[in-house]
Amino acid sequence: MTLTEAPPTPAAEPAGPPVRKPSARRRLVPYWLLLPGILWLIVFFAVPLVYQASTSVQTGSLEQGFEVTWHFRTYWDALRDYYPQFVRSLLYAGSATVLCLVLGYPLAYLIAFKAGRWRNLVLVLVIAPFFTSFLIRTLAWKTILADGGAVVDLMNTLHVLDVTSWLGWTESNRVLATPMAVVCGLTYNFLPFMILPLYTSLERIDGRLHEAAGDLYATPATTFRKVTFPLSMPGVVSGTLLTFIPASGDYVNAELLGSTDTKMVGSVIQSQFLRVLDYPTAAALSFILMAIVLLTVTFYIRRSGTEDLV
Amino acid sequence: MPALRWIRRNLIVIAGLLTLAYMIVPNVVVMVFSFNKPNGRFNYAWQQFSLDAWKDPCGVADLCSSLSLSFRIAVWATIGATVLGTMIAFALVRYRFRARGAVNSLIFLPMAMPEVVMAASLLTLFLNMGAELGYRTVLIAHIMFCLSFVVTAVKARVMSMDPKLEEAARDLYAGPVQTFVRVTLPIAAPGIAAGALLAFALSFDDFIITNFNAGSTVTFPMFVWGSAQRGTPVQINVVGTAMFVIAVTVVLVGQLVANRRKNNARP
Amino acid sequence: MTQQQTTGGDVRLTGISKTYGSFTAVHPLDLTVPQGSFFALLGASGCGKTTTLRIIAGLEEATTGTVSLGGKDITGLPAYKRPVNTVFQSYALFPHLDITENIAFGLRRRGVKSVRKQVGDMLELVQLGDFARRKPHQLSGGQQQRVAVARALINHPQVLLLDEPLGALDLKLRRRMQLELKRIQTEVGITFVHVTHDQEEAMTMADTVAVMNGGRVEQLGAPADLYENPKTTFVANFLGTSNLIEGEIAGCGTDIVVSAGGGKLRLPGDRCSAPAVTGGRVLLGIRPEKISLAHADAAGRIAEGRNRVTGRIVDSSFIGVSTQYVVESPAGRELQVYEQNIERDARLVPGAEVVLHWNPAHTFGLDASQSKLAGTMGDAGVETVEDVS
Repeated sequence: MTLTEAPPTPAAEPAGPPVRKPSARRRLVPYWLLLPGILWLIVFFAVPLVYQASTSVQTGSLEQGFEVTWHFRTYWDALRDYYPQFVRSLLYAGSATVLCLVLGYPLAYLIAFKAGRWRNLVLVLVIAPFFTSFLIRTLAWKTILADGGAVVDLMNTLHVLDVTSWLGWTESNRVLATPMAVVCGLTYNFLPFMILPLYTSLERIDGRLHEAAGDLYATPATTFRKVTFPLSMPGVVSGTLLTFIPASGDYVNAELLGSTDTKMVGSVIQSQFLRVLDYPTAAALSFILMAIVLLTVTFYIRRSGTEDLV
Repeated sequence: MPALRWIRRNLIVIAGLLTLAYMIVPNVVVMVFSFNKPNGRFNYAWQQFSLDAWKDPCGVADLCSSLSLSFRIAVWATIGATVLGTMIAFALVRYRFRARGAVNSLIFLPMAMPEVVMAASLLTLFLNMGAELGYRTVLIAHIMFCLSFVVTAVKARVMSMDPKLEEAARDLYAGPVQTFVRVTLPIAAPGIAAGALLAFALSFDDFIITNFNAGSTVTFPMFVWGSAQRGTPVQINVVGTAMFVIAVTVVLVGQLVANRRKNNARP
Repeated sequence: MTQQQTTGGDVRLTGISKTYGSFTAVHPLDLTVPQGSFFALLGASGCGKTTTLRIIAGLEEATTGTVSLGGKDITGLPAYKRPVNTVFQSYALFPHLDITENIAFGLRRRGVKSVRKQVGDMLELVQLGDFARRKPHQLSGGQQQRVAVARALINHPQVLLLDEPLGALDLKLRRRMQLELKRIQTEVGITFVHVTHDQEEAMTMADTVAVMNGGRVEQLGAPADLYENPKTTFVANFLGTSNLIEGEIAGCGTDIVVSAGGGKLRLPGDRCSAPAVTGGRVLLGIRPEKISLAHADAAGRIAEGRNRVTGRIVDSSFIGVSTQYVVESPAGRELQVYEQNIERDARLVPGAEVVLHWNPAHTFGLDASQSKLAGTMGDAGVETVEDVS
């Protein structure tokens, strides 16, 4: 309701008929609908973040209890001690995201435009792995990448392993327990999160646009570059976010497929919280990770100009 | 060279199928290794064919109890998140209210945050309140992170719903309750079902948040995690394979039924 | 509910208005729809006609005013308690229910147990007997439309409201459904209130038409009356085409004499809605089909006492039953003339000098202070606001 032009009221216009307003009960309906869910999110999502913030500036010990002392040094110490893990997390998550996009795009394109009557079957095959616990599937990679296994042998014969070892991605005779294994696992785990949004936005593209582009002298490659890819941008953006965000905080792949040299920041937070019980450091690490991810995401969304993701 | 040209023309299909293979191979490995008889505690290398694990899937201590616990948690988390999420989705699409932006952010943020951050912060809350970690804290956590996904799924469906349908119901003598039960709910049902399914899958398979907030309670993913350290029983693969086969069968049968119904309905 | 419902009464709107924030969709209006009539609300989109309809249905609460039905005040009654049913634009058929259940919906909500017979009769009435178990999306547009009508009519409402019910159909089907709806209305004898932006549809179907513009009723009357006697430029232009010639009143009597374009034109005093004061300005209107065209060489044969305007043909298009000419003259830049193709004069080609002449009794006069263009191009100059729903 704007106040600039008040509706005629009986007082101002005695001859005029009375003005009705929507009842108060109906105006309250949305608040009742929102209340329980939003309360849940406030108490178990927002408030915990506040608790975590306060924990991160506490000092003390498990025996004597912790106290808020505004000890911001914890942040500095955490960053100094664990910056390799931070860098690794972002590097691994970033690589996995790029790999997911490169591997996922052709498959999403295939389902959207080329699969024909096989479309539903392929979609089921993309989603099907979900039904087996991801931890079991991640453990399967231990078998696939095992030392002396078929994959490692093949890479050895083709001298791929020499190149990757020179780059520092693998060791000279093994893939397991190297950065490559971790990135490989991350890529595998988050591929469906890339493919499904990509497929959704590709599927919305009118097939006649391709014909129109061809009719207007665009080669297939140009058509892809100028028409298909730009139109699939919403899928690219949400797919990369859905991959990067969980990958950056993941510690399952690093723990199961990596070694102590491939630990990501998630592992550190987990062990500080659950094993070392150094709550302030763990909270500070978690906060730094959150800040990095939120900043990256915000910057990324701004840059890509797609703000209607929610 | 015709072969080269063929490859070039079908480059996308080949690349797509390779990706598909990348996604499917681990499942095949899980399946194959459910018939393995490993030497030692870990089931990573092939030894010999055996049906032992299939004959006795609950033969490992705590495996089946952890499965049933995961199942119970997933059911309750699904119910909780679906009810709360559907209410929020309806409020967002159908009503005007203050603080819409804040509500939207509160829904979006849990999805835009690494799980480990939510897990850790929730743990600090429980520690500070002195709550006992276990079944209840896990359930609370699962409802929390499933909620946003349900809202998103239901919102999409309700948004594509013609508000005229509800007006038509009101016009045809259906009161507010009748309108909701007879028209709104049936039409929104696919969205709600999708949200519920997603919630179930997310909850059943969740590890990180559970890992932080479960205390000594062991869900199925926690059991697998523990076994990766202590030794992986073949039964894990049996469970994984069974879940995969059941789910795929259900989906395919559903597809067939839907197809047949569509064909029957056609004049 | 009992059979009482079929013996309804008039729909009476008193001082009804609707505002959204600072936007007024409907200005206070009074309107009476007599029982048993086929009443049309005609206007461009955004004129408030749909809002008015929704207020009668109870889907929209009026900001001021009252709605009564057969003398009973129903203003405070929610939609589901009003003995009024609606055929929605794009039909709003329930996608999850089959045709039978769609039609039975209203009966079931009122607790009617056995609906079979009534639904069967209704399907018969709208000629959809074979489609009882289909889902709405398996029907064509025309069939869906008939289901929507059946779903509303089965409840024997006192008033049936139709919100652009034919808008989604192609032209040919629309013509057929117009006749169909008219047949059904005569058969069941229920009051129909029909909202449309198609003037031809309103005129073919309705007994009474209310032309709305900018949230107000511009004019109300029988279709022929509205067409022959428009009271505003909007009505003159929105219903068919009018030639509007601006002039100055030179003399008043039973006939008003107007000087325009260098000549004198006459119009009957009772057909002038503008104040008749000598020296005042007036818009003189004449329908294109009322004008006869004579080549300048044959001007001598025109009968005495007819209004005459000289001009030059700038364009002509052959339509089949008629030929439409555009004539440039001092009285107006682009005068439209429709000539029946009975005996075509071969000299009437673009460039020819011609005399336009017509019976002064067909002339109407309008207030010159209005825009001459109101209602042209199918919009009323208020196109910016869509009907808010």
